[in-house]
Amino acid sequence: MDDQVLKVQKIKNGIVIDHIPCGMALKVLKILGIEGDVGSTLTIAMHVKSKHGWKDIVKIEDRYLDDREIDKIALIAPNATVNIVEDYKVIRKHRVKVPEIVKGIVKCMNPRCITNQREPIEPEFKTISTEPIVIKCKYCGREMSGEDIVENII
Amino acid sequence: MFKGKDIVSISDLTKEHIDRIFEVARDMIPIAKGEKKSKLLDGYILANLFFEPSTRTRLSFETAMLRLGGSILGFTNPSATSLTKGETLADTIRMIDAYSDVIVIRHPLEGAARLAAEFAEVPVINAGDGAGQHPTQTLLDLFTMVEEFGHIEGLKVTLMGDLRYGRTVHSLAVALSFLGADVHLLSPRSLKIPKHVLREMKSKPEIHEQIDEVISDTDVFYVTRIQKERFPDPTEYIKVAGSYAITGDTVKKMKKDAIIMHPLPRVNEITPDVDFTPHARYFKQAFYGVPIRMAILALVLGVI
Repeated sequence: MDDQVLKVQKIKNGIVIDHIPCGMALKVLKILGIEGDVGSTLTIAMHVKSKHGWKDIVKIEDRYLDDREIDKIALIAPNATVNIVEDYKVIRKHRVKVPEIVKGIVKCMNPRCITNQREPIEPEFKTISTEPIVIKCKYCGREMSGEDIVENII
Repeated sequence: MFKGKDIVSISDLTKEHIDRIFEVARDMIPIAKGEKKSKLLDGYILANLFFEPSTRTRLSFETAMLRLGGSILGFTNPSATSLTKGETLADTIRMIDAYSDVIVIRHPLEGAARLAAEFAEVPVINAGDGAGQHPTQTLLDLFTMVEEFGHIEGLKVTLMGDLRYGRTVHSLAVALSFLGADVHLLSPRSLKIPKHVLREMKSKPEIHEQIDEVISDTDVFYVTRIQKERFPDPTEYIKVAGSYAITGDTVKKMKKDAIIMHPLPRVNEITPDVDFTPHARYFKQAFYGVPIRMAILALVLGVI
């Protein structure tokens, strides 16, 4: 971890989401469904200098992420790393990966898509590009990217 | 390679699939015309599920099934079904699946056919889902070109009219680019083809706004209807529709063996005097829908 990260307090147990694109930290929180009283300490560092320019960092104490949540982050922060911290030490570093198939995370923005009806199916997308991220609905074929993905996170 | 296959999108098919469909369709032509009798699909039941009205596509599937000796069940008026009681499409499909050997579905919502294919054991054929896919139309369009010219590669095909909302024209443009046609797009600026369609095409098409740019060397004019409701200003509609219409005068500037196609129904975009010129192929094209659908039915049911 570089010196800049140390500007904010170390956490004892929890996760550090690093290398979030500048300005996206709050969206990461939105995706994780973290708002209001989270029951533990949350630290956000925005516009932090790093080796490759500027980034955001989110630290959440006493909380871990399952794969589904990590996949969600990858959709808006494809280069993010998730560090699992236990007793002040990083015990595992996990680099998020945009999944090839995005299932049950985003809903289709097309109001005429069958997945937006009361049907027993989960919305499903294929990732057709990772930089920038573009996903395509398996059912109606609508392509989504950028803000549209963020706004339609389930 | 075909038995049990769903045909939801033209992109579900490889070039080999398409060639095989055309080969079978060619053999079906005398049966489609009623010159030869067939019992190929005797004992098979087609479920025709039309959740929105469509005369042409529905009748053409029915003719295809009947000409091959099969039977049909289905509906054309969803308000008379339990859908109005709030049944999901998934449940309707699971039920129909138990009653039939192949399902044909037309639905107003995009992606409905893909959903149906997931819930049905029997093969599902998409007969149009909202503004989405309509693969049997694309196949009959391609088949018309192959029958007329013997090949698609190298043909100069001009898709014209409403390229933005026209359902059939998007998958046709993509398929033509993969089959090696020289695709040209002619439309008013406000009705240009969407960017995602251009991205899916294998080669970049040439884009035009004036018919004069393509009139003298195009092999196939594929004309689509410009709908009045796309224009807030009716005078603008009249102006635009007029400049993208094929008339007796336009035809005079065409190549001798150029053909004119149209998915029909047409309104004013091809004037009636064009019907009597040797260039008109739209009625023949509509006929080709029958042998193409016969071929698809026979192939997905695995009888040939």
